[in-house]
Amino acid sequence: MAVKVVMPQLGESVAEGTIVRWIKRVGERVEKYEPLLEVMTDKVNAEVPSPAAGILREILVPEGETVPVGRELAVIAEAEAEVEVAAPAPAGEAPARPETTEAAEGVRQRYSPVVRRLAQEYGIDLSQVPGTGLGGRVTKEDVLRYVAERERAAAAKGAPPPPRPEAPPAPAPEEEVIPVSPMRRQIAQHMVRSYQTIPHAWLAMEADVTKLVRFREAIKAEFRRREGVDLTYLPFVVKAAVEALKEFPVLNAVWAEDKIILKKRINVGIAVALEDGLIVPVIKDADQKSIAGLARAIADLTERARAGRLTLEDVQGGTFTVNNTGALGSVISRPIINEPQVAILTSEAIVRRPVVVDDAIAIRAVMFLCLSFDHRVIDGLMAARFLQAVKRRLEAVDENTSVY
Amino acid sequence: MAVKTLIEAIRDALFEEMRRDPTVIVLGEDVGYRGGVFRATEGLIQEFGEERVIDTPLAESAIVGVAIGAAVNGFRPVAEIQFADFIAPAIDQIANEAARLRYRSAGEWWCPLVIRAPFGGGVHGGLYHSQSVEAYFTHVPGLKVVVPSDPYDAKGLLKAAIRDDDPVLFFEHKKAYRLVKGEVPDGDYVVPIGPAKVARPGRHLTVIAYGLMTTYALEAADKAAAEGIDVEVVDLRTLYPPDKKTILNSVKKTSRALVVYEDNLTGGFGAEIAAIIAEEAFPYLDAPVMRLAGPDVPAIPYATPLEEAFMVNPEKILAKIRQLAAY
Repeated sequence: MAVKVVMPQLGESVAEGTIVRWIKRVGERVEKYEPLLEVMTDKVNAEVPSPAAGILREILVPEGETVPVGRELAVIAEAEAEVEVAAPAPAGEAPARPETTEAAEGVRQRYSPVVRRLAQEYGIDLSQVPGTGLGGRVTKEDVLRYVAERERAAAAKGAPPPPRPEAPPAPAPEEEVIPVSPMRRQIAQHMVRSYQTIPHAWLAMEADVTKLVRFREAIKAEFRRREGVDLTYLPFVVKAAVEALKEFPVLNAVWAEDKIILKKRINVGIAVALEDGLIVPVIKDADQKSIAGLARAIADLTERARAGRLTLEDVQGGTFTVNNTGALGSVISRPIINEPQVAILTSEAIVRRPVVVDDAIAIRAVMFLCLSFDHRVIDGLMAARFLQAVKRRLEAVDENTSVY
Repeated sequence: MAVKTLIEAIRDALFEEMRRDPTVIVLGEDVGYRGGVFRATEGLIQEFGEERVIDTPLAESAIVGVAIGAAVNGFRPVAEIQFADFIAPAIDQIANEAARLRYRSAGEWWCPLVIRAPFGGGVHGGLYHSQSVEAYFTHVPGLKVVVPSDPYDAKGLLKAAIRDDDPVLFFEHKKAYRLVKGEVPDGDYVVPIGPAKVARPGRHLTVIAYGLMTTYALEAADKAAAEGIDVEVVDLRTLYPPDKKTILNSVKKTSRALVVYEDNLTGGFGAEIAAIIAEEAFPYLDAPVMRLAGPDVPAIPYATPLEEAFMVNPEKILAKIRQLAAY
């Protein structure tokens, strides 16, 4: 028989302990109640006695580690000639379904207050609604699903609600059915959730980036040679956005119903277009990076996104998103916020345009910056100040700017 | 931001408030040289001295009585009852004096008093070191009753309690003291007394809890999510006066409510929450309001299997969540 040694509860309110020292070594004989190891908590130090006589067969937690109360620390083999016996696989546990205590009969026709209210609101005959609750009871979800299906059917037919279709209609000859990929489905769900829950408001500002264009043209060949990656405009935009976020931290936040949670870390998501979808890898701690560092991070994430080699870690934890729609030739766009973030910024295509400078018309390189923001969290004033800050920083880039 | 235990957050709040305001004093059994049996007041006497950190006799009625006297004379006492189980001798002082001082003097007098007390079981404390006593006090208008569940709230709420001009009962779950950790900012911030918080948003049903039960409910909610049940957890934080708005908003959204508390089922504070929901959210309900609580026995037993049978735990909450979701 093997006996397990567990981390004891060394006092009320003590939840964990640190192994100071193993008094016995693996293979050593130990008597019952003989000190086996020394444990330290923030309240006490104590020796833990062996729960049984035998051989210390295995030490599972090394010295110096802190583990919660109840965690297995060691195994003691009671009999010296213990034979390893494979434990039988635990019998498949029946899923713990709640027991149906109420007789199913009659339950179907018993409607909860919310179900009655919804039925009245939508003019529904509840006997037509399939029930999935206890004993076939019609639940709120059942009613809402029924309403949604009815509306969808009505919208499709442009006619009064027909009875529930038994199966999806077969495609007509002039239609083609494309199965929805998991990525497509996820994008769809995310976009719907974002658009339905966040009241989107939108702003656009024009930035004169003539000096930025000149600067980049001047250094891009050298940069490519030195760094091995192309210097695009995107790292400049990300840098400007990150600095503006430092100035207006409320845009680096999450709406949580009764509060707004400001994020201390600035992790900027970069929308990467794929042939069959879209993914948003995240530059972690973007505020710690120089323009060159951002360029490298963007190149790395983009390359791995296109090769399908992003890890879960790469796409999590974003606090703000930048979408380089300019790369697609767009000059103005209205992005959907990457929920639960507060805002998303696009950097649009840079175009040369006649612009009034002082009292003359000049040819300048200009780009639109577009911002969608969660109007629950901020108002136009804050959004405009933020966008002004981004614009100001982009317009300030010139030959004196350092990319390091 | 530093990750701290709940008890460290409480200690931080005490230090900061005593430094900020010289009228804040601490009194109770072993709060001075011993640093409190749970170490909540460790180091206070060394920094603030015997005049502001007072070791008292083992007489709860006197601890609270003295604190009330100090409070009406311009101090902001933080009285510690070593274990909430021992608060009974002080109930006369709390309910008959502190709670009604402002009311009976028509606002001429008031009582800025905080009573801290560790409560709750699951720590093998036996019959006299395990009880939940909050329901004695949520029945007394004039008192505020606060139960933090995480370190951030513990610090911010204790500061709010100390700055409050009326008596606040501040119950700390002793199992949560070192079990529950979280980020606590250095320096001053206050979490207002009153508002509950949505600790986890969800769509299918609402679990309402406080203290250690919030931690357990969040654990159960994570497991339920794996089964496709999206649970919203509302952490009450302040029991009295209750934040009806947050509770009702959540239940109106999910239409299903489970109230979890560690105290005995009958007459526990969760019963009041269940009544509020039944009364004010009736047209939105899709299932009976359910409660999960300790059984109606006179005390939490010492024997391990019996204590485990008494205690609400994440598994029991998960089973109840499944039952409510399937209704």
